[in-house]
Amino acid sequence: GKTKADAAVSDRQPKTLEAYVGFANLPNQVYRKSVKRGFEFTLMVVGESGLGKSTLINSLFLTDLYSPEYPGPSHRIKQTVQVEQSKVLIKEGGVQLLLTIVDTPGFGDAVDNSGCWKSVTDYIDSKFEDFLNAESRVNRRQMPDSRVHCCLYFIAPSGHGLKPLDTEFMKYLHEKVNIIPLIAKADTLTPEECQQFKRQIMKEIQENEIKIYEFPETEDEEEMKLVKKIKDRLPLAVVGSNTIIEVDGKRVRGRKYPWGVAEGESFKSEFVLFRNPLFIFRTHMQDLKDVTNNVHYENFRSGKLAAVTCNGMENKHNGQLTKSPLAQMEEERQENMGRIKKMEQEMENVFEMKVKEKLQKLRDSEAELQKRHDQMNRSILAQHRDLEEKRRQLEEEIATWETQQRILEQQKLETLKGGNKKKKIF
Amino acid sequence: MVEDEGEGARAVPLSGHVGFDSMPDQLVNKSVNHGFCFNILCVGETGLGKSTLMDTLFNTKFEGEPTQHNQPGVTLKSNTYELQESNVRLKLTMVNTVGFGDQINKEDSYKSIVEFIDAQFEAYLQEELKIKRTLHSYHDTRIHACLYFIAPTGHSLKSLDLVTMKKLDSKVNIIPIIAKSDAISKSELAKFKIKITSELVSNGVQIYQFPTDDESVAEINSTMNSHLPFAVVGSTEEVKIGNKMVKARQYPWGTVQVENENHCDFVKLREMLIRVNMEDLREQTHTRHYELYRRCKLEEMGFKDTDPDSKPFSLQETYEAKRNEFMGELQKKEEEMRQMFVQRVKEKEAELKEAEKELHEKFDRLKKLHQDEKKKLEEKKKALDDEVNTFKQKKTAAELLLNQAQQAGGSTTLKRDKERKN
Repeated sequence: GKTKADAAVSDRQPKTLEAYVGFANLPNQVYRKSVKRGFEFTLMVVGESGLGKSTLINSLFLTDLYSPEYPGPSHRIKQTVQVEQSKVLIKEGGVQLLLTIVDTPGFGDAVDNSGCWKSVTDYIDSKFEDFLNAESRVNRRQMPDSRVHCCLYFIAPSGHGLKPLDTEFMKYLHEKVNIIPLIAKADTLTPEECQQFKRQIMKEIQENEIKIYEFPETEDEEEMKLVKKIKDRLPLAVVGSNTIIEVDGKRVRGRKYPWGVAEGESFKSEFVLFRNPLFIFRTHMQDLKDVTNNVHYENFRSGKLAAVTCNGMENKHNGQLTKSPLAQMEEERQENMGRIKKMEQEMENVFEMKVKEKLQKLRDSEAELQKRHDQMNRSILAQHRDLEEKRRQLEEEIATWETQQRILEQQKLETLKGGNKKKKIF
Repeated sequence: MVEDEGEGARAVPLSGHVGFDSMPDQLVNKSVNHGFCFNILCVGETGLGKSTLMDTLFNTKFEGEPTQHNQPGVTLKSNTYELQESNVRLKLTMVNTVGFGDQINKEDSYKSIVEFIDAQFEAYLQEELKIKRTLHSYHDTRIHACLYFIAPTGHSLKSLDLVTMKKLDSKVNIIPIIAKSDAISKSELAKFKIKITSELVSNGVQIYQFPTDDESVAEINSTMNSHLPFAVVGSTEEVKIGNKMVKARQYPWGTVQVENENHCDFVKLREMLIRVNMEDLREQTHTRHYELYRRCKLEEMGFKDTDPDSKPFSLQETYEAKRNEFMGELQKKEEEMRQMFVQRVKEKEAELKEAEKELHEKFDRLKKLHQDEKKKLEEKKKALDDEVNTFKQKKTAAELLLNQAQQAGGSTTLKRDKERKN
């Protein structure tokens, strides 16, 4: 019933609808659009000459991808390892696939094979780079995906273990591309030898911490059974054959030997899996593309962008990687602006302080001079008073003396006037 | 299309069944496992039955209460629901414009809607630009379809409608619908639709066209395009018609059946929006509307695809160029600041020097004054000394005279006088 409790809020069990709405048709819409768009896939094939790569590819796709006109890598003699691609357009059941096969003629064929993985990693990186640039443009158009989605690595059926070249190659490539190792020309090994060989290889892969492509777990039971079967048989041992032979009245693809026919269109052969069971292309092509896009490409991209934004410096903390380079640059800019502001403030403070000091000095100087001036003034004033005092004294003295002189004069006059008068006076 | 990229690729025939025709299935399986997501924005005045229509379309009662008319502005409320039909899981987000058209001044009504849409684009863009990103598990909140509810006046579009749709048509897929269309009679409806369509065209409003490039759906889509805008009626109530319970609205004069194509275009809307073109709506949002937003944003920030010589920039070059620009700016700023300080210091120093000079001049003047005073004092002293000397001389001369007089005669009297004096 449609009660309030039924009103679905996210995080709870998805609400199953009672009457027809129609979005169950979404998968069909997706199907329709994808068929219209068409598909693309890039498969890389690596291994020494003569391991049956071209034969396998041809039998994988049931077509002469490699032919006398378009020879396989082993027929294209190169001095150094080249990475070459050829594109074919194939159609089946209304579905179009643009398949790019990338091969590496010259791989492992030299006397000194050190560094032969380099041209391969360079190629893969350049495809990532192309995609990154296309993705980063301002004006983006439909982006063609030429990234390598899967690398089939052919191991020579020595029966012993991996060669140093094998481990080296896989170690350099496992974080750039989905590696599916194959044991080539498996019909030269007996079932027991093959089993032993497989175990040894897987052991060495683990020891070297090589991450080969992992077939994903799935909820579908049937599929899970298949996936488990593959996982138990890794690395897949293959025999490629372009020849159709008749076995028990059936026409099968196989290789005819004097001692029998090596064929295995079914899982009955424990150790040899023919083209059919390389059905990874029936069920896992999409996953191979997804892992390339979500894991390998993203690793490349984050590495590239981190280098650009941090200018090769060590990341201060991992938190920087959760931002876009632009946001980071903006942060840096803010930081720098803050720094400048702080500097400005400091300079301002120093300036103020210096000015204050100077002003204080000036005031002190003024006060000092004023003091001296006042002292001088007082001294002059005192001297003036002194002089005034002396003058007064002098004038007093003069006055007294003049008075005395007058008396003397008077007396003189009196004595001169007559002695008689003198008797009278006294 | 893949064919276009395949120039230079040779077509080769297959001699048997390889099995890559399962690729579409593989893709579909992946999508189904991942789940789908769809975001609808409902724009329309209060009371046009937006919530009811959504409930009817998705056959469920979504949360929320009827809103009042007294909202001060337009706000957007979004709710996310997890729905499932058969094995398909859909994360559906409904965004409702609350208060749209309720204000007296509706000039800014469209602004919050545009801001909301842009904000979702921005969130996606930020995720896309991160160094460590997880796009495949990102919950996409970008609006895939905008249902624009037109009031069933029967006459023409309101100017608010035209203005709003014009602002939105380059940002989102607009699907205009005539709401509560049971208020209009059939003949009026036909005229109304024509009027609306012509008004949209004459105002240059780009509404979403159902795609006709895929043969499998071209016919139905182009037929439906001619029925736009859809006149819909929503109802979650059921009425018994014959022996079935159907969604309907019951009036005294009759019953409007929601899913009856003669009564309204509800079924058409459901077909087009959900069953046939949901994926295309998502695709258009991503490849057209989002790309436009992204391009404008990046250009705004100064990013270009080619340098002045028309050589394409690589990503690194672009970022480095931006970086250098920032750095240059910063350095310039720093330099400017320093220069300013140097200037100020110089100025202040000159000021202080000037003050110092003045002070010294002042005191030099005072010193001179003192010296003058001192000189005057000296002169005064000298004058006084001269007077003292003159007096002394006078005195001495007088005494000399007196001595001479006494010695000449009458010395006794003088003596006597002297004694008396003394």
